This record gives sequence, structure tokens and C-alpha cells, in this order.
Amino acid sequence: MGIPKIEINEKYCKGCSICVEFCPTQVLQMNGFVAQVVKPEACIKCMQCELRCPDFAIRVFPE
Amino acid sequence: MAFNYEKYIRPGKLPHIWCPGCGHGIVMKGLIRAIDKCALNKNRTAVISGIGCASRLPGYVDFNTVHTAHGRAAAFATGMKMADPGLTVLCVGGDGDGVAIGGNHFIHACRRNIDITYILMNNHIYGMTGGQFSPCTPTDGFASTTPYGNPDPVFDIAKLAIGAGATFVARTTAYHATQIDKLIIEGIQHKGFSVIEILDCCPTSYGRRNKYRSVVEMMKQHKELAVPVTAAAKMAPEDLAGKIITGVLHKEDKPEYCEQYSRLIEKVQEQAAAKG
Amino acid sequence: MTRKTALIQGNEACAHAAVYAGCTFFAGYPITPSSEIAEVLAKELPKVGGKFIQMEDEIAAMAAIIGASLCGHKVMDASSGPGMSLKQELIGYACIAEIPCVIVNVMRGGPSTGMPTGPSQSDVMQARWGTHGDHAAIAIAPASCQEIFAETVRAFNLAETYRMPVQILMDEIVAHMREKIVFPEPGELAIVTRQAPFVSPAEYKPFDTSFGDIPPLAAMGGNYRYHVTGLNKAPDGFPTTKAELVDAEERRQLRKVEAHAAAIEKNEEYLTEDAEVIVLSFGITSRSARFAVDSLRQEGVRAGLFRPITLWPFPEKRVAEVARKTRAIVVPEMNLGQLVYEVERVVKGSCRLAALGRVDGEPITPYQIIDKVKEVL
Repeated sequence: MGIPKIEINEKYCKGCSICVEFCPTQVLQMNGFVAQVVKPEACIKCMQCELRCPDFAIRVFPE
Repeated sequence: MAFNYEKYIRPGKLPHIWCPGCGHGIVMKGLIRAIDKCALNKNRTAVISGIGCASRLPGYVDFNTVHTAHGRAAAFATGMKMADPGLTVLCVGGDGDGVAIGGNHFIHACRRNIDITYILMNNHIYGMTGGQFSPCTPTDGFASTTPYGNPDPVFDIAKLAIGAGATFVARTTAYHATQIDKLIIEGIQHKGFSVIEILDCCPTSYGRRNKYRSVVEMMKQHKELAVPVTAAAKMAPEDLAGKIITGVLHKEDKPEYCEQYSRLIEKVQEQAAAKG
Repeated sequence: MTRKTALIQGNEACAHAAVYAGCTFFAGYPITPSSEIAEVLAKELPKVGGKFIQMEDEIAAMAAIIGASLCGHKVMDASSGPGMSLKQELIGYACIAEIPCVIVNVMRGGPSTGMPTGPSQSDVMQARWGTHGDHAAIAIAPASCQEIFAETVRAFNLAETYRMPVQILMDEIVAHMREKIVFPEPGELAIVTRQAPFVSPAEYKPFDTSFGDIPPLAAMGGNYRYHVTGLNKAPDGFPTTKAELVDAEERRQLRKVEAHAAAIEKNEEYLTEDAEVIVLSFGITSRSARFAVDSLRQEGVRAGLFRPITLWPFPEKRVAEVARKTRAIVVPEMNLGQLVYEVERVVKGSCRLAALGRVDGEPITPYQIIDKVKEVL
């Protein structure tokens, strides 16, 4: 089981921080008005960030 | 595996117009996953809306889409479904659009039990016009037209739909993202008028005026207040005050409108043939 | 061959003509004095596999027919005064989204509930301007049961040809009067079906003007998938606020009627060639006018009748020509002055002009017209 690939489309991200706040393992962080992946190794592939991103900006590829 | 939404989004239409944190995007994703799961043919699917923020949804999705006039989605959809009963017809829209200006069309679509799935995004406010109160703004809540707090009582959309005759009524919230597609799938598969109310968050027009620090706080509140319908059945009414009961609230089998009308046509034509 | 005849009301003729024209979807809401149209179609449409639905209100009826038209049906709705006021919102939608539909307005007195059982011709201007924003309009005003049949068929043809709403303006008298009509045989009257797309689904745009001012309309649910909105839109159907696109679309929509006015206009002229006075009249009033013209001729007054059958677009060229050759035009109408202002605009003072209005729920009599003619001469 490798580290999942988490893509953030910065053109779509509007910086609502929903993904950051609801990530159970603090994989994501806000960098100004854009979400950023900071701890991919902690990802448990729950997909909650992808599901709740209102802006179609996050895709999680669990490998 | 990441879900490929692009398959259903019209090229070049994203990013959408909704504000940061607006839950309509979460609902649109749920709708797309549901349509994918149901393996609907794009040419045989229609998404109809009225006017408002939520009603902008059809412009993004690659189906037959009609952005109608304020409140009129259910009436347009009724004409389309009756004209082509094999078409899968979905309505999307907000609370003001659906149950204020469109209230009459909404209850009569429920009454006819016409096979349409109505996805109502209830964010308690008229967002697009700048945050005026809707029939779903909580009493005492603040909106641009309730500067001293809202004196109006609130519509319970699910109860309204059940009372009017809808045969599938469900509720969830934008926080409960996976439940959105599950309920929409059930709604699409149900033969009859299905209403899926999704409590949504409008951080810009509702949240700001009602002391929510962020959309996350609004979503967390939905998470805390949500009680699955099975759990609610075991709770005392006083314990349910202020809670959001989620899941399938009502389901029954009743004759569907287009099928009824098809039978009418058959009967009339048989009688005409018998007469020669 | 014996032709099928019947003694029927104008409303019934209108409903049967709709079926003849290929109407397969009617949505309505009960309202006097138009209800017989809905009643006949509730009975007749299922026989031909068509659909009838009585909606929850007048607005919903308009919405339902627009939806059904988008799915490829020929559609109709019928109403009267208060109902027409409610429909204006979606008449505008059908205009901007360019969706063919026929709307019958059996005119009654107004404003508001007015005189539901009394005749009137007071919605002339509503038929032209009755929705907000700039828009084109076609309205037809038949004067007999036989003509109601033919003009209802023509209304469908115009709606399908020009991709827009067409109104049939009847008054309570022509709608409820019983006359013998001869039913046209199938194929006897021309039937127009809307233009299907010339291009593949991948290339299709619902407002593509590459083929002229009237873009082909694909039926939703077939192989063509597109977006429709009531917002100002670009040729691809999606909303736009780009100034040049909005301007081009608005102007094109007016041009659809302006450029084809000659094909849409239809008038009847009776003894206008040498007329020193012309009675310009439509609907039931034109029948009093014809009687008045004959009586005046017997008295030696060279009177003539000009009867616009298409009220909108108004036959401005022909009326201007006629006005130049006559001394006076009298416009009797069951309102307090509507069409007369259009005549005034067109005539530009080239002859005398007199209005004769009546709004007491009684028709204008030939004698009133004769008196007015004598007064103006």
C-alpha cells in the first residue's frame, strides 16, 4: 500500500477549507486561499475531502 | 479511486459560480455520482431548474438541461415528463424557488405522483438576490429583509411533500456527502414523485448574518443535529426538537401519473376501436 | 364526396383545428370563456395518442406546454383575461428561448376579473406587449367559426416556422357563437412541422444562425443534447452578458417577424378600392362593420372594410396605402382605444381617423358604426 496521490486543482479551489477541517488525519492545510497537501503519508483514503470539496478541486488516487 | 466527474461536466464550464463553501457543489457531485451509478443515458436524462443559485446547476451538467423561470421547474418538468414518459426527469433548485414562488407547482407535482425526482437544496435563504429570508429561514434568524430577526414560521419541506402526496421523501445534509447520492439513486429508481431535501449551507448570505464563523461551523452543526430516521423512531418527540431527521422519511407505492394517463389513452382507443 | 360538416362553437372549431394541425399536447386551466377548448381537447387528444393535462394554475399550464414543446410536441394552451396576465411571464420565456407554442386568448372584459361572460377586444395591446422586455409578437384574430379553424392551423404553422409563441385572439362572441363549418380534409390545409437540425449532435447549437434567423430546434430526449435558459444567451444556448452577443440575439428575435411580415400578415379587404371611408375592424366587430358598409353603400356612401386577420405584426404598409386613398378611417373596437392608436401611428395624418369604443359587454352594432361614419364624413 503506497502513499495515495492527492491532486488539488488550484484553479478550481476557492479556499473554503472544508477539506482541511474535515480531514481526520490532517493531511491538508490551507496555504493562503488554496488547500495544500502537507502530510500525504497520513492519508487513510477515506475520500472525505474529495467527496466534500464543493469545487471539484480535489481528486484522491489511492494507488 | 477518484471519481471522474469530468465525464458529466460540460467542457469549460468549471469553476462554477457558487461562493467559497457553498454546498451546492457538493450536491452537484452527489447528483453526478447518482446518475453514474444508475447508468442513465445522457440523451434520455433531463435536468430542470428554476431561478436562484442552486438553479444554476443544470448549466454545468451534460444532459438535456432547462434553466426555466423562477419557481416553475416542477411545472416545466411535468410537461416534459408527460410529453416523453421514458425520459428521466430531475428537478434541482433552492428553497425559495421550490416552496415559495414555486410552492403551488411543487405540491401539485407531489399530488400527481409524476415520476420526477426533485432535489431541493435548502440553504434557508435567497442567496442570489443578496440574502433575503425564505420560507425556510429559521424563525428569529437574520436575513437582509429580517434585520430584527425573522418573525415568520418555517416550512418543513419533507412534511409538506408527504402531505401533498409525494411517494418518496428523503432528507440529508451537504455534510453527509455519501448519503446524497444514495438518496438520489433511490429517488430516481422510485416510480413516482420523489423529493430529496438536502440541507445546504450558504456561508455568504446566511452564515455571515447569523454568527457562523465559517461554513465548517455550519456543516459541523448539521453533523451534530442529524439523527438518522431509524434512531429518531426510538426517540421522544421532545428530544427530537431542533434535530434534523435524515434518511428515507416516507416511501409508498401509488399509481404514477404518466402510467395512469397511458392507461387512459389505451382505454379511449380501445373504446373507439370497438365502436369501429 | 360529401364533406364533413358540423354546427359548432368557435371554441370547438379551435380545438378540432388544433388536432388537425398536429397538436399532441394541451395544458390548460379552467377559465371562462375559453373552457370549451380544454373540454374538447380533453376528449379528443387521447383518441389520437395526444396528452391533455389540467394544471394547477395558468402559469403552470404555460410551463407545461413549453416543456412539452421542447420534447418535440406541437402544443397549445387556452385562456382569458386574468389567465393571460399570469401567462405573461412564460410567454416571455417562450420568446427568448424561442419555443413554438400556440396560446388562445378568448378575450373578456377587464382589467382584473372584469366581465367573465361578456365579450371584449381589450387585449390587443397585451397580445403585442404582454411580457416584459423587447420581443416580437404574432397574434391572429379570426371572425367566424370556419376562419377560426383555418387560422388555428395557421397559428401552429407560424409558431413552428418562426420558433415562437403565437396568440389567437378571439372574443367571447366568436368563441361561443355556433356556425356551420366544413371540416377540411386531411392534407387540404398545409401543415408545417418545425425544422430539424441540419448538423450532427456534436455540432448542434440551439441558437445557431448559420442557416438564417430562425435556428433549427432539436427535440430534447433525442440525439441532441443542449441547454435552454431564460437568460440572454449565446448561440450555444448558455447565458452570456457579452454586449455584442446580447444585442445581436435581441435584434434577431425581432427580425424573425419583421423580416417575414409579408408572409405573416393576412387581411381581408371589402370594397376598399374606391372607398371614401374605410372601417378598419377585426373579430366579431368586423361583422357589424361589414353590415354597416353594405348599408352605407346602399345610401350612396362609398364605404369599405379593412379587416386585419393578423393583428400582430400590424399590416402597416397596406394600411398606410389604403389611408392615402381614402378620406377617413373609422376604427370600431370593443375597448376604449387600442388598435386605433396603431392605425394612427401608421396613417400619420394622411386621412381623418375616428375611434368607436364600446366596453359595456355588448357588441358594437352596425348602426353605431354607420352613425360614426356619417359623423366623420
